[in-house]
Amino acid sequence: MQLEELYQTIILEHYKEPHNFGEIKNPDIEERGYNESCGDDVKVFVKLINENKIDSINFIGKGCAISQASTSMLTDVLKGKSIEEAIDFIENFKSMMKGEKDFISENDFEELSAMKGVLQFPVRVKCATLAWNTLKNGLIKYQNKQ
Amino acid sequence: MLNIEKIKSDFPILKRKVNGEKPLIYLDSAATTQKPLQVIDAISNYYKNSNANVHRGVYSIGHESTEMYENARKKVAKFINAKSENSIVFTRNATESINLIAKTYAKKFLKANDEILVSQMEHHSNLIPWQIIAEESGAKLKFIPLIENGILDLTQLEKLISQKTKIISLVHVSNTLGTINPIEKIISLAHSFNAKILIDASQSVPHMEIDVEKLDCDFLVFSGHKMLAPTGIGVLYGKENLLEELPPFLSGGEMISEVHLETANYRQTPWKFEAGTPNVSGTIALSTAIDYLLSLGMGNIHKHEIELTQYAIYELNKIPEIKIFGPTENRGNVVSFNFENIHPHDISTILDNDGICIRAGHNCTQPIIRWLNVSAVARVSFYIYNTKEDIDIFISSLKKVKKIFYAT
Repeated sequence: MQLEELYQTIILEHYKEPHNFGEIKNPDIEERGYNESCGDDVKVFVKLINENKIDSINFIGKGCAISQASTSMLTDVLKGKSIEEAIDFIENFKSMMKGEKDFISENDFEELSAMKGVLQFPVRVKCATLAWNTLKNGLIKYQNKQ
Repeated sequence: MLNIEKIKSDFPILKRKVNGEKPLIYLDSAATTQKPLQVIDAISNYYKNSNANVHRGVYSIGHESTEMYENARKKVAKFINAKSENSIVFTRNATESINLIAKTYAKKFLKANDEILVSQMEHHSNLIPWQIIAEESGAKLKFIPLIENGILDLTQLEKLISQKTKIISLVHVSNTLGTINPIEKIISLAHSFNAKILIDASQSVPHMEIDVEKLDCDFLVFSGHKMLAPTGIGVLYGKENLLEELPPFLSGGEMISEVHLETANYRQTPWKFEAGTPNVSGTIALSTAIDYLLSLGMGNIHKHEIELTQYAIYELNKIPEIKIFGPTENRGNVVSFNFENIHPHDISTILDNDGICIRAGHNCTQPIIRWLNVSAVARVSFYIYNTKEDIDIFISSLKKVKKIFYAT
């Protein structure tokens, strides 16, 4: 197991200064995720344009470096996507984190490939995917309401 | 004095290497202890030589296994100084023991507006059963609050307890804070209000001498797996006359005397509470585990753990970013702490890379974690096979954590 691959500089930077951290007023979507085995707690807020396009994602919560960095990156990479695109992206990311798909670093989410290191630490994968699962739940609930 | 090298050599798992040839440093005995070869052999010997169902067969190995099973009960009784082995009920674990009392005692005695008292430092296993029973019976669940570094607010306790209090269920040693509660005092307080009291001794029976006669508690519970025995065997001690008054818990074979199609009579305590084929091998292994502990001496074990705990606290205090939780004195063998701005999970992962096993999270005590106003804690806990060298390795690995997180 390679610790350097887990705690890459980019992950520690996101952990120490997470992007889009903080509550926002009147979000279109608000969803809380909780990992009962470790106590990681995250809440995501989404603002939409025309009820479909993601204008911004913010989050609050407490968690380990992996979960906080992963959430911070999520708020960057899913911005501007439609709800359907975001759900696809989340599914794709989850498959990569399960090792079912190769980790492809595309231009627009290069930083996210730093999460590949987590694959060597199976007990930590759920830290990396907590916010993603949470956001997906929120997006699907929103879709069902429409 | 314990001969730790000799003790270590009895534990096969401590010889294994993890994560690229790192020796295993096991600092999570409050979660479960490792098992000595003697205990592992007891299980294997039972299945190789004596396996038969208990309290059934009239053939020789059936008699033998029944003897072994019942002798284990006598061993447990003697270990905690219970007057009679009929006071010892075998369960799966402390959780099941608490559920047994909650479900049977509540069914028989609790009415609406009666009060159940627990503390704010309970393990979930001594909280959730009472939440459910309170809901079912209409009794109120009240909480002894925490003060200072995590000790019980005894002034509040005296205000909370009343003639309405029917049962107090209290942890002896906190698995997160390490606090050793003044149970003698609280037991006599409970009795002065005619309340019954259950002691969760999961973190004390494995580590110090416990005398239920002297304590005069009504019920006391613990798990075998936290004291060298396998998982799946636990103990409920109850005063015999109280256990006799309670209705059965689970029902089926073994707990009955005479059965008709429509009705049945139950056996006396403790068998009334042991429906179905019990965990015979686990019980026998628990007996072997007790022999092992007694051969070391509970006093010596306690002394060794105090030394390790004090040493760990002393070394941890040298790292300025570390905050230790729990009382400064009179504490058990667990030390929970946080590293400023580093999540316990990250600490645990980095330590694991050096072969060190520590607990990270809420330790099944979410109300304590909330009271501490943190999201999780890291915890080390010690047992007979741990040494100061283990703590030195742990501390030097913690410095690595600091380097990884504070360097960038």
